Amino acid sequence: MNVSPVTHSLIAEGLCKRYGDVAALDGFDLAVPPGTVHGLLGPNGAGKSTAVKILSTLLDFDSGTARVAGHDVRGQARLVRQRIGLVGQEAAVDEILSGRQNLVMFGRLYGLSTLDARSQAGDLLASFDLADAADRAVSTYSGGMRRRLDIAVGLVLTPSVLFLDEPTTGLDPRARNEVWQAVRQVAEHGTTVLLTTQYLDEADQLASRITVLNQGRVVADDSPEALKRQIGGDRVTVTLPRRLPLGPAAEALAVTVGVPGAVDSANHAVTFEAGAGVVVLAEVVRALDAAGVVPEDLVLRRPTLDEVFLTLTGPRQQAAATAAATTAAAAARIEEDVR
Amino acid sequence: MTTLRAGWIITLRGLAHWARQPAVPIFGLLFSVMLLLVFGLLLGGAMEVPGDGDYLDYLLPGMLTLAMMFGVEATATAMTNDVKRGVTDRFRSMPISAAAVSLGRAGADMVNAMAELGTLVVVGVLIGWRIDAGIGSAALAIALLLALRLAMIWVGIFLGIAFRGGGTTSAVQVLVWPIGFLSAAVVPVETMPDWLGAISAWNPVSATATAARELLGNPSGLSGGLLDDHAILLAISWPVVLTAIFLPLSARAYRRLRH
Repeated sequence: MNVSPVTHSLIAEGLCKRYGDVAALDGFDLAVPPGTVHGLLGPNGAGKSTAVKILSTLLDFDSGTARVAGHDVRGQARLVRQRIGLVGQEAAVDEILSGRQNLVMFGRLYGLSTLDARSQAGDLLASFDLADAADRAVSTYSGGMRRRLDIAVGLVLTPSVLFLDEPTTGLDPRARNEVWQAVRQVAEHGTTVLLTTQYLDEADQLASRITVLNQGRVVADDSPEALKRQIGGDRVTVTLPRRLPLGPAAEALAVTVGVPGAVDSANHAVTFEAGAGVVVLAEVVRALDAAGVVPEDLVLRRPTLDEVFLTLTGPRQQAAATAAATTAAAAARIEEDVR
Repeated sequence: MTTLRAGWIITLRGLAHWARQPAVPIFGLLFSVMLLLVFGLLLGGAMEVPGDGDYLDYLLPGMLTLAMMFGVEATATAMTNDVKRGVTDRFRSMPISAAAVSLGRAGADMVNAMAELGTLVVVGVLIGWRIDAGIGSAALAIALLLALRLAMIWVGIFLGIAFRGGGTTSAVQVLVWPIGFLSAAVVPVETMPDWLGAISAWNPVSATATAARELLGNPSGLSGGLLDDHAILLAISWPVVLTAIFLPLSARAYRRLRH
């Protein structure tokens, strides 16, 4: 693929950023064509926010190059700032002001006249479903409303590139859906979106291409479909009664189902990759039923991020013993987050 | 977008904060008034001003100066909140200069400082403060007080960014209270032990307070010495020196957010 500032709104080549001994980004490459939503997927500490901060001119870097909307982020920071919108991890809106006051203030700071800023604020409030709460202090907003206002502020300028750093972290499912809707709306208007997330599901829902990042390195860069093929689709996890010996039971199940299972002795559970989801689930249920075993728990679920990493960093890089440690550390961090 | 226009928009934001949450500036004013009443009415009876001046007349210019000095806490806290809540990052991702953000802070805080001076003057006069000065020297006294507040804004922005991880309020109080009271603001330096008096005389707070006393026709409690002879010059120099140190430091701290 030919990468140039003309054909791509976001280009990063070999970006490196160190904090002391820790490499937050270690040779980060990215190329995003205009008008697309690009997902940046990775656990906490993978370097997602560092990448967003560098590309949005907030953070300096040690080596490499980055161009956003045709301009160099280091040499032409001001030009870049005229073309981007940033929605950081925390809703960076003024909590004391109302939603409308926020939009008018940021609009005027972007150079709109007071009159234009006001009329645009009205439009944005309406299109993000905030009109009813427009004149209330933002501190009274729900998490989802705040995040929507944050995105609306990021759009005041009608930016060519919008950065969304984990826009749904900490939101309940309903608010998450509202934010997803907002992101789709933005993309429809031709804005290029770079979205960071810890959820494969979210990247899959919104992005046309996904870069998977781990410990500052790109471990995969592909379409969601190709990634899912690699990862192997849904998982069926059976938690067996403690009285059954796990090893033999798992083996027996695997033989009947016809797919190898991954044993998790801590939870006394077996996990099967379920390429076609429901079929494997049905097989498992039949096998359990035939053996007269009532499972403690039985779930069909999307692969977790640590499973994604195990798969992506697995066969090729497992030779290096560090990869396992890396994944374990990442998994531990994710578990911590979930808690 | 010029820096001045952007600064003005950010100033309006600060003013809108107070309009939406009037309790914040009102309690700030009440605190200054309370401090004035505590020193003027409660402790004042036990105070003697060398040279036989009235303590309340001595105290008022000192309280005005302290109010300017203590304003640094409001500046630092506002700055820390903006950095912590990501508002500063938002500003930094926008095509406006760093100077505009500082100017905006300064604009709002100076409006607050004027309201505070006005309130303290009114309360002071109500409890018996006598001013004996022409319009010109009174205006110069107010200008010198505001100059100190303006210098403290750069100190506040610097501290607010430096302590963004937390503890801004306590850090600022630990710095400001000893500096505020180790001065001629409420206690005449000639009544202090010699070494303490010498340190206090070199305090920027003492310079502004003494200059304001001279300009407003109030007793200075001094009989000669550098502070007595050159109060106005010192009250001009100190804010200039503070600005020369802390304006670059605050700009550097803001730039270092990039690293």
